[in-house]
Amino acid sequence: MNFYNLFKISIRAVGNNKMRSFLSMLGIIIGIAAVIIMMSIGQGSKESIRSELSTMGTNLLTIRPGADMRGGVRQDPSAMQTLKMADYERIMREKKFVTKVSPEVTASGQVVYGNNNTTTTIYGESTDYLDIKQWPIEEGDCFTEEDINKAAKKVVIGKTIVTELFGEGADPIGKTIRFKSIPMTVVGVLKAKGYNSWGMDQDNVIIAPYTTVMKRIAAQTWFSSIVCSAITEDLSDAAIEELTQMLRDNHKLKGDVDDDFTIRSQAEMMETMSSTMDTLTFFLAFAAAISLIVAGIGIMNIMLVSVTERTKEIGLRMAVGATGRDISLQFLVESVLISVTGGLLGVLLGCGFSGLLPKLGMPSSVPAWSIYLSFLVCVIIGVLAGLLPALKAARMDPIEAIRHE
Amino acid sequence: MAENKKVVIELQNVKRYFKVGSETVKALRGVSFKIYEGEFVTIQGTSGSGKSTLLNQLGCLDTPTSGDYFLDGISVREMSKTQRAHLRNRKIGFVFQNYNLLAKTTAVENVELPLMYNPEVSAIERRERAIKALQAVGLGDRLDHKSNQMSGGQMQRVAIARALVNEPAVLLADEATGNLDTRTSFEMLVLFQELYRQGHTIIFVTHNPEIAEYSSRNINLRDGKIREDTYNENIKSAAEALAALPVTNDD
Repeated sequence: MNFYNLFKISIRAVGNNKMRSFLSMLGIIIGIAAVIIMMSIGQGSKESIRSELSTMGTNLLTIRPGADMRGGVRQDPSAMQTLKMADYERIMREKKFVTKVSPEVTASGQVVYGNNNTTTTIYGESTDYLDIKQWPIEEGDCFTEEDINKAAKKVVIGKTIVTELFGEGADPIGKTIRFKSIPMTVVGVLKAKGYNSWGMDQDNVIIAPYTTVMKRIAAQTWFSSIVCSAITEDLSDAAIEELTQMLRDNHKLKGDVDDDFTIRSQAEMMETMSSTMDTLTFFLAFAAAISLIVAGIGIMNIMLVSVTERTKEIGLRMAVGATGRDISLQFLVESVLISVTGGLLGVLLGCGFSGLLPKLGMPSSVPAWSIYLSFLVCVIIGVLAGLLPALKAARMDPIEAIRHE
Repeated sequence: MAENKKVVIELQNVKRYFKVGSETVKALRGVSFKIYEGEFVTIQGTSGSGKSTLLNQLGCLDTPTSGDYFLDGISVREMSKTQRAHLRNRKIGFVFQNYNLLAKTTAVENVELPLMYNPEVSAIERRERAIKALQAVGLGDRLDHKSNQMSGGQMQRVAIARALVNEPAVLLADEATGNLDTRTSFEMLVLFQELYRQGHTIIFVTHNPEIAEYSSRNINLRDGKIREDTYNENIKSAAEALAALPVTNDD
């Protein structure tokens, strides 16, 4: 019998019992929608992190003390103090592939103005810092080279500090704030940046000369990190190579001894972020996939019951000339129809919901391949779910089937 | 009464034994007859006479344990399930006691059903033949009615139209009037006699001996063997019997 007729028969059968068909496909609809939503949240997060990191400049390199901490194991404190002034000076002298450099010293604490206070972090940096981060000053100026030489108590503050200490829209230039009781003069206000994708307020920040923070606040001779920018993104690897050589030499590390520092490039960070997101997405999608298996079992169950209920119909079809193959194919196609229609509705539901997510503050972007994969999976589920019912139907004896009550 | 007409059905010493647990049930113990083209044959027997088994043999739903069955010259005995399915599609038109129509389906689509399994018929031809068949049984104005919108008699007519649509060699009716009231039963017999007059070959299996009065030949079955095989010299007119029925007055 030709497939067009078979298709017609199957469509008719599925359409004749709309409620039952819909309930059968409900599991698939939910499962597919869930998979699509998971995938789109994963993709969306990746994309937003990527775009955020790339606005900071993909030629950004960060040198941190301590050996590679990717395993997540904490080092003893002395290992965290390996970046020193000598390193910074050498880098500034000999750099070829690196342009801007800023050694970083940080400290957290309370900052006070008048009756207002707030908790913040002070970043000690060089004058290159704002260039490296591509962070413009909105009012006033950044501190100068001279300020660094003198370890002057001059700072640049972020918009959140302005709001917290002075009130929104106020002019803090020239005013004195106290960080951990040490008075500092505000010389500049940074342009607002908002929250980053880790949920941190980037405007809750005070930037001061690194010498100031090292001597007057943190009382340490080592740097928390050194940030630099490579000339271009392509030269990042060359820059890393160069920096590694300089530091190893400075730290007297020979031969196979591990680095006592880590250099990360922006590109690398993006990779790590990406693969973390990928892993997370994978596990979420896996959970959703399990639900699809359950949905497939659901379809199989309902179809098995349907076959029993339609025993007389099957007997009739056989009596008028349907072969076992005709019958089994009919039920198989019915099963696939249910599954694929469920998939279609699931995709629509998933895409629709994903479109709403950004309005709730969540990034989402539906990857095209997840839609194709969904359909493929639906066809496979439909075939697998329909196998047993199809076989059961085809094996019926027409004589008994016709007389079935 | 049989002229030199074509033999449509021939049974040669057909036996059908069933194994039920450790016993053997001998449903048919050697049945032989020939049915010629254009005959209206009733196969009559009580419950347990083997008429259902014989019906299944005639309808190619089952094969003999021994003996042979020739349908339109083709030997059925050695055929596979699939081959018999094809044979049923082209050569047999079934009419069941309980009509056996597809639910939620229109009359036309019900009649089209056998043609759906016949790839040689196009969709357009299929529709045409179905409409013609329904018109022939007097349901030309009910083409799109669904089974739940029809009376028993109308449903049986649809079933008869379906049985005829593939132009089979023989119409096989199994207690075709069993679920109908007296009046409707006679209307159905009128239709069967009309089909007989048009030259169709009809086999009507029933337990009701009265029906034999309206056929051209009666085969009486008992305990798996033929007890009688007689030609009906005086075929009663179903139309007259219908007219003679007392009119029911509901008040």
